[in-house]
Amino acid sequence: MPEINVTPLGAGQDVGRSCILVSIGGKNIMLDCGMHMGYNDDRRFPDFSYITQNGRLTEFLDCVIISHFHLDHCGALPYMSEMVGYDGPIYMTHPTKAICPILLEDFRKITVDKKGETNFFTSQMIKDCMKKVVPLNLHQTVQVDDELEIKAYYAGHVLGAAMVQIKVGLESVVYTVSVNKSVQAAWIDKCRPDILISESTYATTIRDSKRCRERDFLKKVHETIERGGKVLIPVFALGRAQELCILLETFWERMNLKAPIYFSTGLTEKANHYYKLFITWTNQKIRKTFVQRNMFEFKHIKAFDRSYADNPGPMVVFATPGMLHAGQSLQIFKKWAGNEKNMVIMPGYCVQGTIGHKILNGQKKLEMEGRATLDVKLQVEYMSFSAHADAKGIMQLIRMAEPRNMLLVHGEGAKMEFLKGKIEQEFSIDCYMPANGETVTVKTNPSVPVDISLNLLKREMALGGPLPDPKKPRPMHGTLIMKENSLKLVSSEQALKELGLNEHQLRFTCRVQLQDPHSDADTLHRIYTHLKGLLKGYSIQHLPDGTVMVESIVIKVSSSSEDTNTKVLLLSWSYQDEDLGSYLSNLLKKGLPSGLC
Amino acid sequence: MKLYCLSGHPTLPCNVLKFKSTTIMLDCGLDTTSVLNFLPLPLVHSPRLSKLPGWVSKDATVNLEKELKECAGRIFVDSQPEFCLPEKELLDLSTIDVILISNYHCMMALPYITEHTEHTLIEQKDKNGTKTFTLTLPGPLKDAVEVWTWKRCYSMQEVNSALSKVQLVGYSQKVELFGAVQVSPLSSGYSLGSSNWLIQSHHEKVSYVSGSSLLTTHPQPMDQSSLKNSDVLILTGLTQMPMANPDGMLGDFCNNLAMTIRAGGNVLVPCYSSGVIYDLLECLYQFIDNANLGTTPFYFISPVANSSLEFSQIFAEWLCHNKQSKVYLPEPPFPHAELIQTNKLKHYPSIHGDFSSEFRQPCVVFTGHPSLRFGDVVHFMELWGKSSLNTIIFTEPDFCYIDALAPYQPLAMKCVYCPIDTRLNFHQVSKLLKEVQPLHVVCPEQYTQPPPTQSHRADLMLELQPPPVPYRRCSVLNLPFRRRYERVYILPELANSLVPSEIKPGVSVATVSAVLHSKDNKHTLQVILSALVNSHHIVCIQYHVQPPHHGITEVKVEETADGHILHLQAEDTLIQLEEDGTHIVCNNNEPLRTTLRDLVLRFLQKL
Repeated sequence: MPEINVTPLGAGQDVGRSCILVSIGGKNIMLDCGMHMGYNDDRRFPDFSYITQNGRLTEFLDCVIISHFHLDHCGALPYMSEMVGYDGPIYMTHPTKAICPILLEDFRKITVDKKGETNFFTSQMIKDCMKKVVPLNLHQTVQVDDELEIKAYYAGHVLGAAMVQIKVGLESVVYTVSVNKSVQAAWIDKCRPDILISESTYATTIRDSKRCRERDFLKKVHETIERGGKVLIPVFALGRAQELCILLETFWERMNLKAPIYFSTGLTEKANHYYKLFITWTNQKIRKTFVQRNMFEFKHIKAFDRSYADNPGPMVVFATPGMLHAGQSLQIFKKWAGNEKNMVIMPGYCVQGTIGHKILNGQKKLEMEGRATLDVKLQVEYMSFSAHADAKGIMQLIRMAEPRNMLLVHGEGAKMEFLKGKIEQEFSIDCYMPANGETVTVKTNPSVPVDISLNLLKREMALGGPLPDPKKPRPMHGTLIMKENSLKLVSSEQALKELGLNEHQLRFTCRVQLQDPHSDADTLHRIYTHLKGLLKGYSIQHLPDGTVMVESIVIKVSSSSEDTNTKVLLLSWSYQDEDLGSYLSNLLKKGLPSGLC
Repeated sequence: MKLYCLSGHPTLPCNVLKFKSTTIMLDCGLDTTSVLNFLPLPLVHSPRLSKLPGWVSKDATVNLEKELKECAGRIFVDSQPEFCLPEKELLDLSTIDVILISNYHCMMALPYITEHTEHTLIEQKDKNGTKTFTLTLPGPLKDAVEVWTWKRCYSMQEVNSALSKVQLVGYSQKVELFGAVQVSPLSSGYSLGSSNWLIQSHHEKVSYVSGSSLLTTHPQPMDQSSLKNSDVLILTGLTQMPMANPDGMLGDFCNNLAMTIRAGGNVLVPCYSSGVIYDLLECLYQFIDNANLGTTPFYFISPVANSSLEFSQIFAEWLCHNKQSKVYLPEPPFPHAELIQTNKLKHYPSIHGDFSSEFRQPCVVFTGHPSLRFGDVVHFMELWGKSSLNTIIFTEPDFCYIDALAPYQPLAMKCVYCPIDTRLNFHQVSKLLKEVQPLHVVCPEQYTQPPPTQSHRADLMLELQPPPVPYRRCSVLNLPFRRRYERVYILPELANSLVPSEIKPGVSVATVSAVLHSKDNKHTLQVILSALVNSHHIVCIQYHVQPPHHGITEVKVEETADGHILHLQAEDTLIQLEEDGTHIVCNNNEPLRTTLRDLVLRFLQKL
């Protein structure tokens, strides 16, 4: 029986370095190829040696699909394609294709130039890797080869994020990143995949409304500014940052605030430009106002210079990266951490091992490099703005897509367990949560597509009348011809003709003795009446040539030469009417009821 | 399969395809050439137009001086312009399941179709009323086609209502129609978002080709390979200017523009608000500095000028490769962003407001409508028509420029005709058809003969083997097309129960008895659950029949001309064995009969 295998190389009961292998209908697909922010060693990248111990991956993979530009979903891509070796197609949406190389280059710079690591991918490798990328449009059906097709849906997580449907014949898998349920365009049809693979980062949280969170955020920023404090918002250069900028920009405008807002790194302007050009991929609110005013042209938000961090007075700074594990956001954090008037707002998830994760867990003393410690006195706030899926969003998605099986990745084990229970209970479908390297096998049971001759189909349809009647199933008989790779279902007559065969007539004639003291003609008539009363819905005819026809079965009567009361019935039928013929011969053997006229 | 042809205009088609159980309208083009019979609608009162003499027939029996005006020997209708609608009575338009639009030029009749379908009765009345009227008309008006279907323009409300029914589809997206057919748009390379359509089921494929281009302009290149192996290819929207090379025209356009400006005149370019204008602006972007026109103001006036320019920048997925890669930098895909930034190009919603105060001459003005009958262009015609320093440059191919200019005669203004039509020409289309090899081609009858003005040019027509099936307005074509197979799905349980046997090398057969379920035009076969009716099969002989020996003694074998007769004497049973038939004659001994039956069946093959 056909089956689909799913093996996470990363993100199995874990957050970070998403990389999931899917084998479906003889095709192997890699979904995402991310890195782990919390590690600096081998564990940073997925374990590609699972696929093959030696050599390149090209012959083992039919394609690679990247869901969105976050590094935990694409950070290992140049390593995989250029250092391990993969030359096949890599699919991602246009915005992801645009932004992904910039983030990769940024990541490389931090790792190699600042931390001095070697054995890492180079700028040239990023470029070479991006040459293998084929851009995906929303809803476009891309034929990877004759059998494998993929289709992207809008996911609304970050700019260019996509859900992907992978289909081979009648089997299919849908992979989705965190679907943000507040984005109305995040939509999939009732495609009933065999497996729905979903992230579950916020599996246990059912978050309050986005509007509430936004109000809360603005209130906290405002209060800190009012008391002269500084607000640090660690963000990733692209994504949530732009939406928070829009939020603050409009708030500043409305409240007529004067405190400066800064956005760190040279990426800012470029990043905003991407949003301008890919505005069709943003949410509807932003899209609607586009012609009148482009939301990404900011008045109050200015570029940050590292010297500003020491300026007196209140300010708001967006700085990268988002988990405070390196770079500018960490530098500013170190400077501001000692003052309780200041505040750091973490607008997204932080992986274990990062400073962001530590302070969110309430750690007040941090060990820094060189045995120094840092006292955390500033206020730490967590606002889940990152658009990862929460339980409600996932449940809604299941309701929309109606998968046969569910598979959870990219989440913490314990929380996944909770969601798994909830899904199995509510939808009565199997839910899996494999660990890294563990394979889930799902048996599929696809129907067999066959070409039916239109004559046969029309004949059957006509028999059943114009409307199908579910209570009265219509039996259909035909012959399936299997030749080379084609399967054709035709009527038996047509099959004989096409195969150049002659029909063989198998006929039975059965003598039945019957005691009936009437003339031959009367006996025949009594048989006719008897059968007419018993066999409703069959065609029964009394023919003038002295026979009774039941469907195509012929019944004749003759008297025995010795005894005129003993009649000999001759029943003759062909094999097509075998069951009816057999039934009739048994029936008539029992004699005729006396009450017949 | 049938094709109803509701429009006779080859580049503004409107056809309805009946395929399987679906009714699909392919484009709904609006023939706007009818407006050339009307007087222009000026934005401000025009003394010249209002003084034109009325028309009275020579014998003075028909007096229409209020309705008809004469200008430079031509007659014009003095009223709001009206358009020639697609035929609405060839079939009941309310039965249409879906309308497929291939590009924005071919959807102008949409509000008439979607908003007025119930009003057939009222239109009937109009028809009779106008028909008698046309018979008495003079000059070119008499030749006007289908006057009774002419209609005034729809309202903004109707446009919005029609557009609210539009569903957006991406290239290569497969859309199921009632499970019966699948439609899918392909890039046609003609304009932003323009497409050809594939309409297919599992066994049949119809391609609809409309307004396609192989030239490298701004849109995504044409997808040709997906058109391969069509049973029927419906071909519309070839170039209207087979003699004019678009590149050459673009060169003429730039040179004439530069010449006029240098001489101190103004240039008027009547155009649509999107499409070729993007290419014109891109061409000028490169040309301006070389030609020393850096200080000349370029104005683009249209109620949608801003939207058009802005929207063109945000649909990178729909653009050619070069423009797509610009977005990755990130830079706007079209250079008109830079023209606007450097103030070389300014756009205004109309001549009223800011434009009137900022307007400097000499200048270049892009504005519509290209028919010169309405829109801001009418104002510029009145303003600049009297000076020979000024030039009007026609770039849109939809209207004959002589007719367009007729109500403005006499004109002093220079006139240059550079029609840019990037759609396929006859040479390109025959090459394309050779490659994609459709079984049958259907096209407007205009394409099956050379244009009337170039009757000797046999290269300006479609020559195919087999010849294309021509259509004209009101044609109903039976497409040469026989469906023979349909897709049905055998459910796994039934599939597992089938017993195939090899009947010839490489050919296996299995008998199927199943329940047919048809839902949403999808057919499935399931296992028969109830023993309602048993299967009956035709049988065919495969092996030479051997006399049975199973516990039966006293078999007498008799040779006949066609086979043998076995006589089982003890059982008083005869078995007649022949090449094409077996006949078992026995007493009513069911166990014996079934034993014999099964014995015989062992040597036979069920089908």
